[in-house]
Amino acid sequence: MDEDANLPPPESRPRATHDLGGVSRFLCEPVDTTPHALTEFDREVDALRQILGMRGIMGVDELRRGVEALPEEEYFGLSYYQRWIRAISATLLRKSVITEAELRTAISELS
Amino acid sequence: MTFAAGARVRVRDDWPETRGPCHIRTPHYLRGRTGVVVRHLGDFPNPEDLAFARPAERRPLYHVRFAQPPIWHEGHEGDDVQVEIFEHWLEDA
Amino acid sequence: MSAMQDADARLLRAVTALLTQKGVTSADEIAERMRLTDAASPGQGARMVARAWLDPEYRALMLADGTRAAEALGIPMRGAPPLGVLENTADLHHLVVCTLCSCYPRAVLGYPPFWFKSAAYRARAVRDPRGLLADFGTHLADSVRVRVVDSTADYRWMVLPLRPAGTEGWDEARLAAIVREGDMIGTTQVAP
Repeated sequence: MDEDANLPPPESRPRATHDLGGVSRFLCEPVDTTPHALTEFDREVDALRQILGMRGIMGVDELRRGVEALPEEEYFGLSYYQRWIRAISATLLRKSVITEAELRTAISELS
Repeated sequence: MTFAAGARVRVRDDWPETRGPCHIRTPHYLRGRTGVVVRHLGDFPNPEDLAFARPAERRPLYHVRFAQPPIWHEGHEGDDVQVEIFEHWLEDA
Repeated sequence: MSAMQDADARLLRAVTALLTQKGVTSADEIAERMRLTDAASPGQGARMVARAWLDPEYRALMLADGTRAAEALGIPMRGAPPLGVLENTADLHHLVVCTLCSCYPRAVLGYPPFWFKSAAYRARAVRDPRGLLADFGTHLADSVRVRVVDSTADYRWMVLPLRPAGTEGWDEARLAAIVREGDMIGTTQVAP
């Protein structure tokens, strides 16, 4: 379409970290097409997220926003479900479903 | 509902990311671009509000088709990209 | 496990313990949810594809209302996002991606594969779909157009792939057995 010919290139726009469509940094990166089994951790985080959604405590949009808010080095450095558990706990804290003090205690009480 | 199937629409060239915390589901690579409405997919609560646990109004959602090669000035003639876009991100083209 | 992975494992256990104490959930419920989620697999989508290849009415239903088509085969869809089905033809090939995160038709295909969630896939699918397809060993003729479908909102998308030659007379089960996960996302084409 002619009217789009003058648009600045997508990469020059102020995109958010997670908004990855067409981003040059990954253009030459081969896709790892090998199977990667989910760990127990992965599946448990996934289940927890679903339950929080079913309970009306935290929806999938809140999860996404929480993941998007992670600093860039965490976004690219952590595994998929590590990002999720960090987004989940940050959201639960922000919404006062759990408190910082409770979380610290719970972590310290883990065997 | 504002747009009929076949309507030419432009994605608003707006960047809420520059104004503060937000959650936007309109990909950056489409902002400002013109496409064609394929169909109305239904009305859904605005994810931009759901993400912040705010009351979310239902908004019309459209499947919109864009020519692919002009986006990055590369690609294969005839290829396209089809994306779900909420009505408040679209204007007449 | 790395120190960081260990810390996140502890975070999960702590959050789960707290939520259990508060009566929000329980170990049993989490285990049950894991079991239910594990039950979804690409085999479900494959059954839909095989049925559509053999039954024109089912094909029409699948294209008009993927959710109802899934339910018609006993696939649980309550609470699942609406399912859209994209029909491949001789001159149109669909490729599904979620450039913003990892939206995937989980109800009919199970957990998304690692590659679908990777930055490389999400970045390259919309910009260089044919180069990306080559990573999967898929090469399309020049005459075939590619339509990349970026899942950005409430729908989840699966591809109804082309039935390959050499499968004439096959029954539904035999057809379903050759339909793989990638065939229903568009990274591969069904091979007999």
